[in-house]
Amino acid sequence: MSWYLATPIILPFATAVLAFLFRNTPEGRYISVAGSIGTLIAAVILMGQVLDQGVVAAQMGGWPAPFGITLVADYLSAVMVVITAITGLAVAVYSIGDITERMDQLGFHALFQVLIAGVTGAFLTGDLFNLYVWFEVMLISSFGLLVLGGSKQQLDAGIKYVTLNLISTILFLSGIGLLYGMTGTLNMADLAGSVDRIQDQGTLTVIATMFLIGFGVKAAVFPLFFWLPASYHTPSFAVSAVFAGLLTKVGVYALIRMFTLVFDTDVAFTHTLLLWIAGFTMVTGVLGAAAQTDFRKILSFHIVSQIGYMVLGLALFTPLALVGAVFYLVHHIIVKANLFLIAGVAQRISGSTELGAIGGLYKGAPFLALLFLIPAFSLAGFPPLSGFWAKYVLVKAALEVEGWIIAGVALAVGLLTIYSMTKIWGQAFWKPHPEGYVPTLATLPAGQKLALMTPITALAIMTVLIGVFPQPFVSFAETSAAQLLDPTLYIETVLRLNAPLDAITAPATALPEVTQ
Amino acid sequence: MSSLIVRAATRLMVALLLMFSIYMLLRGHNEPGGGFIGGLIGASGFVLYAMAHGSAEARTALRIDPLDIAMSGLGIALFAGVASLFDGDAFFTGQWMFLGATETEKGLPLSTVLIFDVGVYLVVLGSILAMVLALEEEV
Repeated sequence: MSWYLATPIILPFATAVLAFLFRNTPEGRYISVAGSIGTLIAAVILMGQVLDQGVVAAQMGGWPAPFGITLVADYLSAVMVVITAITGLAVAVYSIGDITERMDQLGFHALFQVLIAGVTGAFLTGDLFNLYVWFEVMLISSFGLLVLGGSKQQLDAGIKYVTLNLISTILFLSGIGLLYGMTGTLNMADLAGSVDRIQDQGTLTVIATMFLIGFGVKAAVFPLFFWLPASYHTPSFAVSAVFAGLLTKVGVYALIRMFTLVFDTDVAFTHTLLLWIAGFTMVTGVLGAAAQTDFRKILSFHIVSQIGYMVLGLALFTPLALVGAVFYLVHHIIVKANLFLIAGVAQRISGSTELGAIGGLYKGAPFLALLFLIPAFSLAGFPPLSGFWAKYVLVKAALEVEGWIIAGVALAVGLLTIYSMTKIWGQAFWKPHPEGYVPTLATLPAGQKLALMTPITALAIMTVLIGVFPQPFVSFAETSAAQLLDPTLYIETVLRLNAPLDAITAPATALPEVTQ
Repeated sequence: MSSLIVRAATRLMVALLLMFSIYMLLRGHNEPGGGFIGGLIGASGFVLYAMAHGSAEARTALRIDPLDIAMSGLGIALFAGVASLFDGDAFFTGQWMFLGATETEKGLPLSTVLIFDVGVYLVVLGSILAMVLALEEEV
């Protein structure tokens, strides 16, 4: 049973090792793609198990919970692992066309695969300290990816990125230490029960706030987001796509996990705080984007504003709102990664990402224009694309609890998102190129074009599919939200509460086989 | 820093440090030591060599690119975790073999834990050397 959970983490690591040893030959990049396909298959198999059983849990090394490291997948974890694998595969294919030989030799694919492993690990772990370790794995590999190539601009971005993330990590680690001191456990499922027994609930709220800040930096919420627009526009497009798709979402996932499972003791305080954060994050992100004139900087600020919607779903803390948050997470990863990939192609054929310096993409590359319109409209929330359903559910949830203001903010931010997307559309696609030539996809070599356009097309098709057939995804999100609000199954599966009590305290060898 | 004293002492010290690092690696399971500290000591041996003879010489003495050593170590550590699959145990369950064990004798205990530690040793050795040599070569 443990292998269903471990394989999506093992495969990227193994791929990283192989891809690195073959980094000087073209095989390295194909190993990376093959490994990503393998990871996707493993993720889908895990998803099958979760759909079958609700929650799947296993103990690494056979050490029983709550002492050993638990890997656990509920609906939310499983869908995040699948979507990570999809993004990983898309970017691995895209990087064949995007990443230079020089960056291959510096170990791009190894760092990329380790990043995917770190993200997957963070989604699957059921242990707080282990989550910290996965955050470190992500931080180290993402820092490597960010500065790969070593231009001055990249190093500048890298320093900001690492400094702020280290501060977040320190807060997170201090929070872990305090929580362990108060409860004596770091197993998330065990914590869920232990925090209720703490006498001093005030201190617990302080710790909750520390986690909120720590994860908030990772998730890039207001007012802790400024590292994100400072760094995401500097690395290669493949790198910024995987960052945009996945990194902040790990922070959001960690927020959702901890503030539904463990820190639900003082909802009136923590979730009101989250609500304010959500509102400000949405507004500042979208206003920041309105002031930018660079393709990737606009998109980076939009990540911030979209994070606000996900946090809003968590903050409202109703079943429908969590459905919206889960749906939003999934939709956003696909759409945002795709927009960065498209920005990469636009830069490649028209020469820049600065909107004033490019143009004519609609005339020269109408197919690319169509592929841009799909995720851009989806991001803004046009029906019938995936973003519409995500926003619709969230706004409906806000109206249900009579949060008129926050619902109004969410709608207004959607409108401003359209403004930014129209700006990109008008400048990059509609107006003629200032240097007078018409950029076309035909200028790319055939192999490169295939590698760049295939993942973009595939992700755009997925966006449309989620939009046109939202029902299975919504009902999936509903089950997921129900699991988040009532984590009984999660806790029972991890701690095996239905197993005889002496089996839980007995040494590892005496444990019966895990049967979940 | 290429004084005669350093070079003469290095000849002796490097061999000693490498021996000691292996010793630390092997005693690690039951006593203080292990792959991490062993790797650090081994790396300091090569760093000393690089200080005395220059980083190009150290790379030649190392024969393999330090980053390749580190990544191979990661692969070995990963293999140690996956090895439990063959016995149907959970990921990273230690697998033990008692070489020459009889009814009364325990024999020589060998385990995947040791393989994991060897992997850690190589990761630490390789990554420390990659960093130090890169800094040494930076103009």
